[in-house]
Amino acid sequence: MTSSTTTRDAAPAGDEVRGALPRAARPRVRRTVARAVLVVLLVVAGTFLLDPYRNYLLALVGAYLCATAGLGLLVGRSGQLSLGHAALMAAGGYGYALTAGAAADLPDGLRTVLGLLVAVVVAAVVGLLVGLAGARLHGPYLAGLTLALVMALPAITTTVPGLGGDRGLTVPFQPVPDALDAVIALEQWQAWVVAVVAGVVVTALVLVDAGRTGVRQRAVRDDEVAAALAGVPVGRTKVVAFVLSAAAAGVGGALLCFVTQNVSPGAFTVSLSLLLLVGVVVGGVGRLAGAVVGAVLVVVLPWLVSLLTEALPLGAELARRLDGNLALLLFGVLLVVLTVLAPEGVAGAVSRRRAARRRAARRPGREAP
Amino acid sequence: MSRSAAQQPFTRPRATAVAAVAALALGGLAACSTPEAEAADTPGVTDDTVTIGAHTPLTGPAAAGYSSISAAATAYFEYLNAQGGIHGRSIEYVVKDDSYNPATTSTVVRDLVQNEDVFAIVNGLGTPTHLAVLDYLNKQGVPDLFVASGSASFNQPEAMPWTFGFNTDYVTEGKVLAHYVAEQHPDETYCLLRQDDEFGEDLASGIGHGVELASVQTYAVSDDDVTAQIGAMQAAGCTVNFLATVNGFTAMAIGTAAQMKYPATWATSSSGGDYPTLVGFLGEDLGPVLLEGLVSTNYLPFGASDEWVTLFQQVNDEYNDGAPFTGNTIYGMSVAYTFAEALLRAGEDPTRDSLVAALESGDVTGNGVLPLAFSADDHSAFHGAGITEVHDGVQAYVDGQVLTTDAADGGVEPFDGAAVPLANAGVPTE
Repeated sequence: MTSSTTTRDAAPAGDEVRGALPRAARPRVRRTVARAVLVVLLVVAGTFLLDPYRNYLLALVGAYLCATAGLGLLVGRSGQLSLGHAALMAAGGYGYALTAGAAADLPDGLRTVLGLLVAVVVAAVVGLLVGLAGARLHGPYLAGLTLALVMALPAITTTVPGLGGDRGLTVPFQPVPDALDAVIALEQWQAWVVAVVAGVVVTALVLVDAGRTGVRQRAVRDDEVAAALAGVPVGRTKVVAFVLSAAAAGVGGALLCFVTQNVSPGAFTVSLSLLLLVGVVVGGVGRLAGAVVGAVLVVVLPWLVSLLTEALPLGAELARRLDGNLALLLFGVLLVVLTVLAPEGVAGAVSRRRAARRRAARRPGREAP
Repeated sequence: MSRSAAQQPFTRPRATAVAAVAALALGGLAACSTPEAEAADTPGVTDDTVTIGAHTPLTGPAAAGYSSISAAATAYFEYLNAQGGIHGRSIEYVVKDDSYNPATTSTVVRDLVQNEDVFAIVNGLGTPTHLAVLDYLNKQGVPDLFVASGSASFNQPEAMPWTFGFNTDYVTEGKVLAHYVAEQHPDETYCLLRQDDEFGEDLASGIGHGVELASVQTYAVSDDDVTAQIGAMQAAGCTVNFLATVNGFTAMAIGTAAQMKYPATWATSSSGGDYPTLVGFLGEDLGPVLLEGLVSTNYLPFGASDEWVTLFQQVNDEYNDGAPFTGNTIYGMSVAYTFAEALLRAGEDPTRDSLVAALESGDVTGNGVLPLAFSADDHSAFHGAGITEVHDGVQAYVDGQVLTTDAADGGVEPFDGAAVPLANAGVPTE
């Protein structure tokens, strides 16, 4: 799925080299951070318009966004394919649950922050180990390695004591802080926390991508030999990409645990791994907007499908059967349709149309493609 | 030359903002999140309906074993509604698929409580899945009735006052089973094969009360073979084997032993001893032969001559498209009947409080081989179980073998009462 973009990317990357210069970097950092703060504030304000259930869904979207944003960068920028991001989310989730469980005496806020930090570290370490092996592997072999990781997860959680086996670990409720208790619902508070954390994660990814590391990743993706000749440490660049992506996924898993108070192998299956990847591809590989679309799809599509099956005049039995399966089917159909009609995903199609319109406006008389 | 898509920066201000806003707008800008004063009406109860909900695996690997339960419950509710419902209200049972994934359970249960506005959650299925919503339901004050699990986590009246279990507690079941087997088959060598989770652990601890185990083997649900475990039990010289297994692994264990020409007496809990299901795994030819003499606990009506079973079979034919009739069917319909009875006893105008009060009063008897034991300080359903055995291809209760005990160190006593009889064609009345 990266090959189509790879060939097109062989064009000189003038902008990016200029963008990597430290002199130009500082205002860009400031701009990116300011924009992120604005978006997070917008989301926080938006939670007042939503009922608790939709705020809960919003929080889930935020959690999955961390994973899809990291995965989107990994696939789209460094050209490495991971089918194991659910396992990396699980690493973060377990890290969070174990820390929050052990730090039961600490104040609520501190416990959450500590849990998130441990989640990042655990997921990054797992990501480092996989990345080190992965840097020597190409395409399907890395995909196979990461797939094995997610498939081994249930065995790991039953074998390692303290992880709770199939039942997983439960984290106690993190209530709304007293000062806000009368004003907002629990789900709204959760959405706030997730929005802030996801905002930090995504901003960090964006900054890294726009900086020198990003340039190296693209160079490695496009032509490893050329990159090596240009002095880019190929292996290290790939590992760094994997670790970053894993850390982001780990935060996603920790947020999921924060919102649902539970982490268990059942929540991080092979199918979640595939859904994350499909979400990223459907949304648009290597774009933040694509990652957002992907995260929204992962959360909202099954719910929309259950609304649909309820609305349709189906027999009760058929509706029950369709309830879970139709979402997967729709995902598959969406994937096929989009790869045919819009190989760059939803986000790609939107920006392509916009670019075409701009071109058409600049050169009157010429048809947009 | 136009810049290719992948060369553009990862983020674009407008695209990001639009996507964020779109994420918010999805699902509509319905209500406000601010906590509101409790509405005067009871959620889920109207003049002519009561809406309740459940989470259960309808898809995924666990669906094969469990999806028939909610279908059976739905069929009973349809039958009940056709008879006029409870206090003139018909019951609407909203079943949501969670694929046995705790994260999905959290989502669908919030959907049921916040969007579908259910009166209660009834028969949420599974230990790991239901644990994910236990806190939430109790914080929200939503009656959480008849959890489909025998885990002790669902019997904590003080910490979780809104939650009631339905299965006989696994420890209790293990104690009853071991007590009967030790009496009927004394002076044998006993072994145990158990699932390596809380379910297997609790049963094992109960069984350990009654017999001394020469060998304890474990398996993980992801295993596809138990040859090593059965071999170890054979090597330990075991003649009576306990199985703390689910149906699939009961069949696998008994089938594997047969292949190894290892004869033994087998004893299982209700979760892994359903004869129709086991015959489905082992085949019509071999099943009856291999399962001859199988001892199992059960606490619900069973056997072709039972009047409850006859009724449920009719309901199954009429309202469930004649789906295969197994222990799961009886289980689902029994849960539904028990809810109907609780709703009846909750009064003409039921509230969440009156529903829980009805259960804690002990007036709700259910339809088991012994009456339900709910009280204010005990939210576990049955304090004992009956014993079934398979003879000549028929699984039936052994007369006079209904035993009661507790989940602690208490002794096992015979139950001297009678099974709850069928009345009024299975429609609960005052």
